Amino acid sequence: MSSYNIIDHEYDVVVLGAGGSGLRAAVGLSEAGLKTACISKVFPTRSHTSAAQGGISAALGNMGEDDWRWHMYDTVKGADWLGDQDSIEYLCKEAPKAVLELEKYGVPFSRTDEGKIYQRPFGGMTKNYGNGIVQRTCAAADRTGHAILHTLYGQALKHNTEFFIEYFALDLLMKDGECKGLIAWNLNDGTIHRFRAHTVIIATGGYGKVYYSATSAHTCTGDGNAMVLRAGLPLQDMEFVQFHPTGIYGHGTLISEGVRGEGGYLVNSKGERFMERYAPNAKDLASRDVVSRSMSIEINEGRGVGKDQDHVHLHLSHLDKSVIENRLPGITEAARLFANVDVTKEPIPVVPTVHYNMGGIPTNYKAEVLTVNGSEKTVPGLMAIGEAACVSVHGANRLGSNSLIDLVVFGRAAAKRAAELIKPGAPHEEIPETETQKCLDRFDKLRNAQGDNSTAELRLAMQKTMQSKCAVFRTEKNLEEGVNEIRKTYDGMDSISVKDRSLVFNTDLVETLEFDNLIRQAVTTVDSAYHRKESRGAHAREDYPNRDDKKFMQHTLAWCDGKDTKITYRPVHNSTLTNEVQYFPPQERVY
Amino acid sequence: MAQISLPKNSEVNKGKYFKDKTGSKNIRKVNVYRWNPSTEENPRIDTYEVDMDNCPSKVLDILNKIKNEIDPTLAYRRSCAHGVCGSCAMNMGGKNGLACTKPHAEIDGEIDIYPLPHLKVKRDLIGDLDGLYKQYQSIEPWLKNNSSKDTTEIFQSKEDRAKLDGAYECIMCACCSTSCPSYWWNGDKYLGPAVLLQAYRWIVDSRDDERKARLKKVADELKLYRCHTILNCTSACPKGLNPAKAIAEIKKMLATANV
Repeated sequence: MSSYNIIDHEYDVVVLGAGGSGLRAAVGLSEAGLKTACISKVFPTRSHTSAAQGGISAALGNMGEDDWRWHMYDTVKGADWLGDQDSIEYLCKEAPKAVLELEKYGVPFSRTDEGKIYQRPFGGMTKNYGNGIVQRTCAAADRTGHAILHTLYGQALKHNTEFFIEYFALDLLMKDGECKGLIAWNLNDGTIHRFRAHTVIIATGGYGKVYYSATSAHTCTGDGNAMVLRAGLPLQDMEFVQFHPTGIYGHGTLISEGVRGEGGYLVNSKGERFMERYAPNAKDLASRDVVSRSMSIEINEGRGVGKDQDHVHLHLSHLDKSVIENRLPGITEAARLFANVDVTKEPIPVVPTVHYNMGGIPTNYKAEVLTVNGSEKTVPGLMAIGEAACVSVHGANRLGSNSLIDLVVFGRAAAKRAAELIKPGAPHEEIPETETQKCLDRFDKLRNAQGDNSTAELRLAMQKTMQSKCAVFRTEKNLEEGVNEIRKTYDGMDSISVKDRSLVFNTDLVETLEFDNLIRQAVTTVDSAYHRKESRGAHAREDYPNRDDKKFMQHTLAWCDGKDTKITYRPVHNSTLTNEVQYFPPQERVY
Repeated sequence: MAQISLPKNSEVNKGKYFKDKTGSKNIRKVNVYRWNPSTEENPRIDTYEVDMDNCPSKVLDILNKIKNEIDPTLAYRRSCAHGVCGSCAMNMGGKNGLACTKPHAEIDGEIDIYPLPHLKVKRDLIGDLDGLYKQYQSIEPWLKNNSSKDTTEIFQSKEDRAKLDGAYECIMCACCSTSCPSYWWNGDKYLGPAVLLQAYRWIVDSRDDERKARLKKVADELKLYRCHTILNCTSACPKGLNPAKAIAEIKKMLATANV
């Protein structure tokens, strides 16, 4: 049995993660008078929200007529009808309020001639239910995420949110199916902390790092998702992994969809604007899954550019110089640094790159975590928001600029719901020591691991498997290989090696704990993909090229105990939240 | 004559030498500052021979290679890997910068990698920025606007919005402040370029109603006027921003405005 000194804390609410959604929730909770702790493994402004470029969607109508119902339709269609329309209604209806609130917090949005928030066109965003392009994506140049994250951190400071920074969360504390708190390791001094809370809100982001090439940060390891799996709860729709069409070839750095929104376009080795063939109306502004697949087909059919014909070109040198300078300064810098390209003269080499996880912790539109026990029910004391959550508003494919709005709308919703449920200062229940012990045993075992496999080697093996077996196009054969291969990597954990035994900033152990988190999500992702025998949104099966609404208008639920998974399904919600909008029945999805 | 000596544990020792095991013909020597508070030992410089044939172009790629393939105990912060999160700020080849955007080809000879200068070190390349973060909080980095309208944004002209360019992009990496000799000496009282740039960002935001109070708050012998226009800050900024100019602007506003 491992023995560590434990420092105890009691809070009404603990928010895990300090990116856009975590900070927005923390602000709302503080406003509601709830004693709130916000725990993060990195300083808040280092969170990956800072990397979001193009913008945040909301039907403000600053650049021509718009309606939240059109936004809702676009989101439902973008999601390939896998999204829950009650949640999508909530998202799109609340979006304008949430953006205006951000502006009042001080976000330095770009402006129109009238001084209003500037909005740009983005993929899949249309007017009047698919009839023409609308400008709906509110932008702060091409640094919108950075601007929002820093502003939200300022708001959290204004509200005196209590931060626990550079604390690595280990596990949830559960009792009789309810969440009672969590345990975290303080990297600064090596101490172990136990937080009791009436509600834990998971806001830990995505898990892009299960793949070899991703726009995601090193820290995008889905720690909260894995904590949920270890607590015996399911993750939802994990097979839906978004490949962003334009990651810089060879490096994976994101080049915003805003480039195409401002008039940039993709070109193959023949100099063709090939998107005109695949999406005659929306062209380069079709939804991301469509553009990524089209690029992959071009490359697979030998029309890629470069020595190995394995990528395509993104042109923007035809754009007005002032557009590039004022609206795309960040990607100009990124292209220079990581592709050695002057965007005013040359195209950027790009390739579809893992970018976003539509799947995650299942929740309702109030951010309460769901599980299935006969029927759908909430898990008391547990909420999830942001990329970690699967509300599901993004369904099988997220539209660009819908993630930033997801962060703030559901961050706000979580705070509101917590304020309804919790009486400030209510006493805490005792949690059995066995929960703490179970968590620390895993920690101690990994800390003292003396095997032969380095964490870096196992991580690389996992990433290569996911990259080759669970990519843009999938087949029964390669998924089955993936299912088996990923388990071999999982087995490698039995003999994992950690060289650093210390407790202060032991990043060897941090990476090992992160790998332990990643590999569980890799297993659930490839298993969920294997079992979904249809093509929908980002999940494209060559052997099942069509959407199968009879069998698969369902969310995948995946439980994972070690490398054993259990896959079941729950129906997609087929109604809206209110009578202000009608349910959009499934249609053929063309752009 | 007075004798000044440094405490014993401030002496940096020669550390371990990690010889190349790949047989590569293209080797660079990388010297890295190491210190682990869990041991009683002094700081040391470890030297790694790194195979450059299989290493991408940035200093962070070298560090990742060392951590993944040679020595997993090396500790440093890193996250986004493309210059927007500000985690991997450190001193490379004698200059502050972000490891993820700094090409190692720009450093001649052996590559020396240290934490940001004049910070307490938490471990290895991880500096203690807690003081700087507290100073950031002290300038109250949030909009103070008395308008109560909920249904529209606060309008701002393109020209007014342009005043924030060059300030809002700051990623708080602290490369500038930790390159400033004035901040080295008076870092507990002088706000330093990073925080003053942020103070400036709120002072010039046309939507903010507390401009005068903000100016008054920084108009202090130590908080502001320890800037002696050395300009190391501007030369260090990995985002190409100009904190020195922002500080000069604040001084100018104070000299000309009735505050």
